[in-house]
Amino acid sequence: MAWTRFAKKKDMPGGLWIKCESCGAMLFRKEFEQKNRVCGTCGYHFTLPGRERIALTADHGTFVEMWTDLQPVDRLCFNDKVLYSEKLKATQAKTGETEAMIAGTANIKGIPCVLGVMNFAFLGGSMGMVVGEKIARCIEHATEKGLPVVLFACSGGARMHEGAISLMQMAKTCGALAMQNRKGGISISVMTHPTTGGVTASFASACDLLIAEPGALIGFAGPRVIATTIKKELPKGFQRAEFLLEKGQIDRIVPRSQMKDELARLLAYATGRDPVAAYKPQAVAAEPVIEVPPLPLSEEEPEPKSKPKRKKGKQG
Amino acid sequence: MTDTAPRSLVQDGLAFERPLRELELKIKELRNLATGTHLELSDEIHALEDRLRKQTVEVYAQLSPWERVHVARHADRPLTSDYVQMMLDDFVELHGDRVFGDDRAILTGLATMQGQRFLLVGHRKGKTVKDRLACNFGCAHPEGYRKALQKMRLAEKLKLPIVTFINTPGAYPGIGAEERGQASAIAKSILEMFDLKVPVVCIVIGEGGSGGALGIGIGDRVGMLENSYYSVISPEGCAAILWKSGEKAPEAADALKLTSKDLLRFGLVDKVIEEPVGGAHRDQRATVDRVKAQVLEWLAELSTLPTATLLEQRYEKFRRMGMPLGS
Repeated sequence: MAWTRFAKKKDMPGGLWIKCESCGAMLFRKEFEQKNRVCGTCGYHFTLPGRERIALTADHGTFVEMWTDLQPVDRLCFNDKVLYSEKLKATQAKTGETEAMIAGTANIKGIPCVLGVMNFAFLGGSMGMVVGEKIARCIEHATEKGLPVVLFACSGGARMHEGAISLMQMAKTCGALAMQNRKGGISISVMTHPTTGGVTASFASACDLLIAEPGALIGFAGPRVIATTIKKELPKGFQRAEFLLEKGQIDRIVPRSQMKDELARLLAYATGRDPVAAYKPQAVAAEPVIEVPPLPLSEEEPEPKSKPKRKKGKQG
Repeated sequence: MTDTAPRSLVQDGLAFERPLRELELKIKELRNLATGTHLELSDEIHALEDRLRKQTVEVYAQLSPWERVHVARHADRPLTSDYVQMMLDDFVELHGDRVFGDDRAILTGLATMQGQRFLLVGHRKGKTVKDRLACNFGCAHPEGYRKALQKMRLAEKLKLPIVTFINTPGAYPGIGAEERGQASAIAKSILEMFDLKVPVVCIVIGEGGSGGALGIGIGDRVGMLENSYYSVISPEGCAAILWKSGEKAPEAADALKLTSKDLLRFGLVDKVIEEPVGGAHRDQRATVDRVKAQVLEWLAELSTLPTATLLEQRYEKFRRMGMPLGS
């Protein structure tokens, strides 16, 4: 629900350099993108755009997108200074996507599955009728074809503009999982930064296996809501993936660089394949030679930090 | 009911109640005068009562969504505990989630009503300040949802249908709640309610606050009391995020389309249960009776369905909610 809060951060500064949200280091954009948006200094995992996630996860050329014709309807005629229908059109034009969910079938290291990825760039990845419908269809399609389903969550929660209709998508997606469970199907949820609200409180937490990326903010209520409610400062690392692992809420933390291998391993277990064969560590490619331009000399130049704010990505 | 509306309530959005309360007060005064002085005032009293009735109908027909939210939160509105007292012939409360604790924000127990046995699950808000604090104002922690689910599984074993009463501002946002997996407790409860092999009837009796409400809200039949609301987020929360000001809550309440009529229109609930004239808080007895009749009717209807059909229809019902274009 509180996706607008995160939405402000999504626009990265143009130009050649990007400042790490976590440690403040200046990152050379080309290198940063080659590292799949992980900070080379502190290991902070930036939110990955939906299409990049698919490219990173599915075997090259195997992703077949489905249900692209589904379009949201403004049933409430929601108006918060801007009409929701207008907001949708503008977002569709800006992102080139019809909605906050990209779904279809794919192979992950040769293992066929149904793959659904939430796209944070589209209204904070918020779950409305199209997202809920696509997730339900992912699960139903997987059940029908006897495939495992892998869902990447990245969302501020339910979409306020669709009111109780979006609330009921929590029911729809969980209902689909309940049906799949009855037929013995397997579901894997990967929670990435951020995963909060109605998405965490529905399918993202209700799958068979729960994976998270390092440092991802995962929770029911947003940290600001909690801090306002209890009128206290929140403990360090609260609601981060490492916190959830410690509290027994998730199965594993997997860094982005190893995500595909780990998924293949788990999918092998889920589908009766040999995990050792599925999990072939990719040969480490020789470091590409990147020409690094000089740091900008403007006032934006960061002062060298003596100690980083947070250490991330220690989990292997 | 108090004789005059407390200032805070008026400021909160119950201002429309003021003329009604003034009339009620006047009638009461006249009655006292009549009995004290043996004056014949019945004509005047009747006329005033007539006026009150008409005015109440008028006022309540035109309530804004924000005003309805305040009726849903009214201090005199019947709570789960009132239904237990006024509706049931027997009630055995069952405590605890078997893991962490006994969340008083959700009440669970075995109930009998006119020979019909069932499991009752309901958000509990509490009446006195002490009670309200103990119940956390109806905001449940994960252990509340885990308790509800554990008892619902018991009901399934005992082949008892389940009735849930929804009345919560939302699940509690706190450190302990997050540590113990608020999101996963709600998600699991939603998922497993699709699997319960007994009929489930849910009634929104007051506040249907987001995931905290839906956590016990998956039913074969879902009803809403006329002046209750069901929303993805509280109007205050929505206003703070989209309007950047909590004062815009009335606008947010309007935009969210959270009234019972809206929910029925969108096909998200099966029925709106009419409240007595002037809201449930004006006549608790009549409200409870109406809810009781609806629950009994639905339970009788559902008891004839084979389990497989029941589960299939339950999923189909929620599956159809919010169909996008092109589907």
